[in-house]
Amino acid sequence: MSLLRVEQLTHYFGGLRAVHNFSLTIEAGRMHGLIGPNGAGKTTIFNLITGVHAPTAGRVVFAGEEITGLQPHRIAARGLGRTFQDLKLWRHMTVLEHVKMARYATIGYGLIGAFFGTPRRRREEAEIEENACRLLEMLGIEHLAEQVVTNLPYGVQRRVEMARALALDPRLLLLDEPTVGMTPEELNQMMELIRRINGELGLAILLIEHRMKMVMELCRHISVVVFGDLIAEGAPAAIQNDRRVIEAYLGKDTVAT
Amino acid sequence: MQTVSQIIPAADKPRRVARVFGHTPFLAWLLGAAAAVLLEHLLGETFAGLVGLSKVPVLFGLMILMSKPLLFPGALLYVAVIYLLPLLCVAGLLTRPANLVAAALLRFGPAFAVIVHLALFYGVLHFWADISGYRELTVKFTLIAVLLTLSLNLINGYMGEFSCSHPGFMALGAYGASTFTLTLFVNNPLFGKALLPGFLGPWLFPLGLVFGGLLASLGALLIAIPSFKTRGDYLAIISLAFLFIVKSLLENLPFLGGPRGMGGQPDYAGLPVVFAWTAMGVWIMNNYVRSTLGKSLNAIRDDEAAAEAMSVDTRHTKMTAFMFAAFWAGVAGGLFAHVMRFINPATFGVQRLAEMLAMVYFGGLNSVYGSIVGAVSLNLLGEALRPLELFKWIFIPLLLILVMIFRPTGLLAFREFDAVRLVRPLDRDSQGGAP
Repeated sequence: MSLLRVEQLTHYFGGLRAVHNFSLTIEAGRMHGLIGPNGAGKTTIFNLITGVHAPTAGRVVFAGEEITGLQPHRIAARGLGRTFQDLKLWRHMTVLEHVKMARYATIGYGLIGAFFGTPRRRREEAEIEENACRLLEMLGIEHLAEQVVTNLPYGVQRRVEMARALALDPRLLLLDEPTVGMTPEELNQMMELIRRINGELGLAILLIEHRMKMVMELCRHISVVVFGDLIAEGAPAAIQNDRRVIEAYLGKDTVAT
Repeated sequence: MQTVSQIIPAADKPRRVARVFGHTPFLAWLLGAAAAVLLEHLLGETFAGLVGLSKVPVLFGLMILMSKPLLFPGALLYVAVIYLLPLLCVAGLLTRPANLVAAALLRFGPAFAVIVHLALFYGVLHFWADISGYRELTVKFTLIAVLLTLSLNLINGYMGEFSCSHPGFMALGAYGASTFTLTLFVNNPLFGKALLPGFLGPWLFPLGLVFGGLLASLGALLIAIPSFKTRGDYLAIISLAFLFIVKSLLENLPFLGGPRGMGGQPDYAGLPVVFAWTAMGVWIMNNYVRSTLGKSLNAIRDDEAAAEAMSVDTRHTKMTAFMFAAFWAGVAGGLFAHVMRFINPATFGVQRLAEMLAMVYFGGLNSVYGSIVGAVSLNLLGEALRPLELFKWIFIPLLLILVMIFRPTGLLAFREFDAVRLVRPLDRDSQGGAP
């Protein structure tokens, strides 16, 4: 059984057709690339999968259960983590607080614990903190745990966001252009990190990325979207030589000559 | 050469002060304050006569500043000799023993240490307020204001929404608690004969406060259902409308006294009661905002979409926090009603809202310290400016504008309040020994 199955997803923003009959299947532990020119609807597909928008038509099935139209926090709690193109960190919160927050759905002490500081709360908070520290250590930012994120360099902020998404303990991670605006050095580190997350933690990853080289190296499976339509799907080598993909990226004339 | 040697000690002075008082624990400051209060009880009257004052300055001479400015130097001298001198001397002298005692207290557990400090603090406050009835009343109103400010800060600071209905919640709490006590324990024209014997009153008073608080929470639920469905400025508008609805309802319900209000509440809200409720409210609210569950308010404020994507149930959290804040505003209203022993709808109008907002934004958003500082300073300032009557409402907004320009988030914004940290010993040995 595949981990994520997206069937015939269609979405309209008013009269604008953003996504049309998009289908996708991801097996557990695989890395899948989602590419396409600007405005092709890649982020909209992410938002449809994670519940930010409810699709006009189509289904999303995650780990055998239909999650179409569920609220985003419920989908996240089921083990679907994501990062954002524009980071979306909480600017007044520390690195550690970011990572702890993603454990929200697992909190069992409830309001009574929150109000009165019960032993159960202390135990659970300690667990959450330990788990968060482990993740920060894995990402090499444990020394910055008490820093407020606004003061940190961009590359580190990306790592914080990644740590936050990983703290959800997801089975599938959606990464929305994780290397945008990065220096070559930061880029290499991020690629290394993505490989490790996929390899060591066994997480399936769906990656939106503009840097072709990176997608081709990392992913064994790629989907190409243009104007909301899925135009090609397959292994990197096949995609690279696909006539319609080249057309979409370079224009028709280039192919003709 | 001479100028250089003059400059160096001058620049060194703050550091020397820091060296003297940097290791002074909170306990020593409390003991210093106790000494000052004791001195005032023993010598206050006499010394006030010596510096030309007719009686002990009630609020550090702040009242005299506006009404009789000529007497102000005397009041200043009084503050220096009766308060500052013993405070600094005792705090400085007792630094070392107080550190030892603070460390010993912590060995019995952090909760024990905090309670001992709190009891000592209450003792100081009690004996300070003992000097005059006016002082006691000011202290009570300030404590109630702390509760109101912190609960409003939950919404406007921690959660980053803008709520205008706090005086409405306060009114619901005040009328709810008053109805409770008047019906059960007092013979009065509105509700007839008392239903229960009067000696039960003080013991069941907490129930009345909780009833008022729950009534306020119920009101909050009515606002929360439409307001938190979508994002945006809805809450500000709906909550403002709610404030007006509550006020005009109370004005037009004759069985609640109508515009003339409701009086004769029994005298249940003594200083210990008000202090205990305020301390409990601050403790519970602080517990909440420091838990991961409560921190989700900050996540919602800073980026709601990200909070949702990280599994935070944003709507549920917002509604809970809003009702929770309203509960404490209701409790504060109940206390207020039993301190004033008279309430009318006009008390809970837009002016009260402006006062509360001023305390929140002056003290500092997202901060328990800020709420305490805001409530205390604006209450004292309000009392100091009382002789100016209406001009008070020129000074306070002006102050607010200045704060917004120079410190947009308030004086002490984004501080975490940790009572155990506050009461820990500060000498080098115990700092080295602490984990």
